[in-house]
Amino acid sequence: MNAPMIWILIPFVVGFVILFFLHSRFSPLVGGAVSMALAFIAFIFPIDTALLLGSISIKISSSIQFFGRSFSLNAADSPLIVIIYGLAALWFFGTEASGSANRFVALGLMIVALLTASIAVEPFLFAALLLDMAAMLVIPLLVPVYQKPGRGVVRFLIYQTLAMPFILFSGWLLAGVEASPGAIDVTVQAGTILGLGFAFLLGVFPLYNWIPMLMEEASPYVTGFLLWVLPTFTVIFALGFLDRYTWLRTSPQLSSTLQFAGALMVASGGLFASQQKHIGRIMGYAAIAETGLFVLAMGLNSSEIVNITFLLLIPRGLELSVWALALSIIKRKAYSLRFSEVQGMARSHPVTVAALILAHLSMTGFPLLAGFPPRLALWQELARQSPVILFWVFVGLAGLLIAVSRTLAVFVMAEKDTAWKLTESWVQVTMLGLGAVGLFILGIFPQILQPFIVNLPALFNHLGQ
Amino acid sequence: MTTDIISWIAVVLMLATSTAILINRDWRLSLGALAVQYAAAFWLVTRHLPFVMGSAKLITGWMVVAALGMTRLGLSSAESEKEESFLPGGQWFRVILMFVVALVSVGATPRIESAIPGLGWQVVAGSLLLIGAGIVHLGMTSDTLNAIFGLLTLLTGFEIVYAGIESSILVTGLLAVTNLGLGIVGSYLLVAGAYPLEMEDEI
Repeated sequence: MNAPMIWILIPFVVGFVILFFLHSRFSPLVGGAVSMALAFIAFIFPIDTALLLGSISIKISSSIQFFGRSFSLNAADSPLIVIIYGLAALWFFGTEASGSANRFVALGLMIVALLTASIAVEPFLFAALLLDMAAMLVIPLLVPVYQKPGRGVVRFLIYQTLAMPFILFSGWLLAGVEASPGAIDVTVQAGTILGLGFAFLLGVFPLYNWIPMLMEEASPYVTGFLLWVLPTFTVIFALGFLDRYTWLRTSPQLSSTLQFAGALMVASGGLFASQQKHIGRIMGYAAIAETGLFVLAMGLNSSEIVNITFLLLIPRGLELSVWALALSIIKRKAYSLRFSEVQGMARSHPVTVAALILAHLSMTGFPLLAGFPPRLALWQELARQSPVILFWVFVGLAGLLIAVSRTLAVFVMAEKDTAWKLTESWVQVTMLGLGAVGLFILGIFPQILQPFIVNLPALFNHLGQ
Repeated sequence: MTTDIISWIAVVLMLATSTAILINRDWRLSLGALAVQYAAAFWLVTRHLPFVMGSAKLITGWMVVAALGMTRLGLSSAESEKEESFLPGGQWFRVILMFVVALVSVGATPRIESAIPGLGWQVVAGSLLLIGAGIVHLGMTSDTLNAIFGLLTLLTGFEIVYAGIESSILVTGLLAVTNLGLGIVGSYLLVAGAYPLEMEDEI
């Protein structure tokens, strides 16, 4: 056995089987269990190390050749695989409670497999193609076959596809920069093209207009999954670039640009969120603001880049899954996520509303919740490097706090004498409850993430060393 | 010498087909132009890639054209979407835009050829034309089918120039899958919403 077969081929094939051969009722369970098993295997079995089980020796080799190129997952990738498949399992188990069914789990598994391939492919530059293919697989999830595609979906497809040529071409230019580091014009061209590619991929200001559009047009659960999975792998891909090219890593201009772009995303995301009257769009803008935090973390002049980035990545998966699940439950009841439609729902859906508010608060960096420790670490670094940028980050987070206050006010604005009742199913209550408890645990005891993130800097040869 | 002449003919064909895709409203004509565009692109790609790898791009392109054509054929004309654009929609406006793209391509080709020696003027010119046409197309439309045409045109332009600098089989294969994926996604988006709710299978 080898690692790419286990963590790329198997989930892809399982996704295919679920899509065509499994009843939708069982797909969340099967998909979730497979993801969990893959995370467990990555946690238990070290890659490239022989294990003796009785008389049987097991060794998972790290690479496989495919069309003359190598796909390689080594021991350093194990913690990342555990995190990715563990969080994916959470999303798949939540499918049942959200009301989404067969295709989400099947295509979701295939997407995660493709994205895992993007971190395994060598040269790593080709990951841009795999990211684009994963983005295309998301389309059938975003647009049910009975619904006309909206403008958000088309924009999403255009932006993700545009990113790929920019990144592939910049890779070629970067090789030229390495060969002749003194050529300033080539360096500027390479940096600009690379920046444009990642701006399209991550939805850097102003290229994120598809996100709030999608939150209105498509299922919140599917869009939430998309907002978790694609930026996660894009950030890892971007860190790969920083690690690979010394001049990028050491360039003060790039660092300043990243900090400026990140602050702009956080501030604009937060301020726009505070003005919305649609709870789905609020989540979209909150996700934009959080992506801005990733961009900021990548722009830090510090050896803590990797730690802070991964510290941000893990709670994001939990926050978005809880938030998206809560929105799905509300949307099934209210049909629209406008303030006017969801007013007073705290009385009829108390657990859902509580989970939504907690996830939202966590994204604003509220103490005791999962988002607080990584933000604190980021604020500390930013305070040392640029208090102005830190001010704009606080402006953005204040915007998110205003948005959560308005949302809470709308939810509790029920008619007089409306009775409190629990209308969620036990599956929904369990999933939301577990998610909310998880938010508190990660907030109060962030050190439980230590075993997962302690070895993550080993993913990169230079970054964070 | 003959090869160069054929390459220039391919460039002219690209200009003609990309202009045709941009200015006409008949999807049949656009698909026909796209098929010819792929044939012209095939010629330029084989200047740097082996014939077999170039053929893969051509066949993939034609498969995309076939998929989009079959899907669009199955939809009634009433289901075709009206073009929504805030820009002037006249054909002459689009022709002028293509003229600008052609001018930019003519101006930029020598510079890019000197920056990436060995690509060939025809390859650079053809690639720039298609990339420019694709960007103009994407900027002018919000219609799904036209957006797919724009993306396919842009990607073809990129593939022509990228073939000159990267000859990996894996990249060629993945780019082919990306093109095919765009065709399939485009077909899916065309079909979505065209059938009544009872035919729907759950998400």
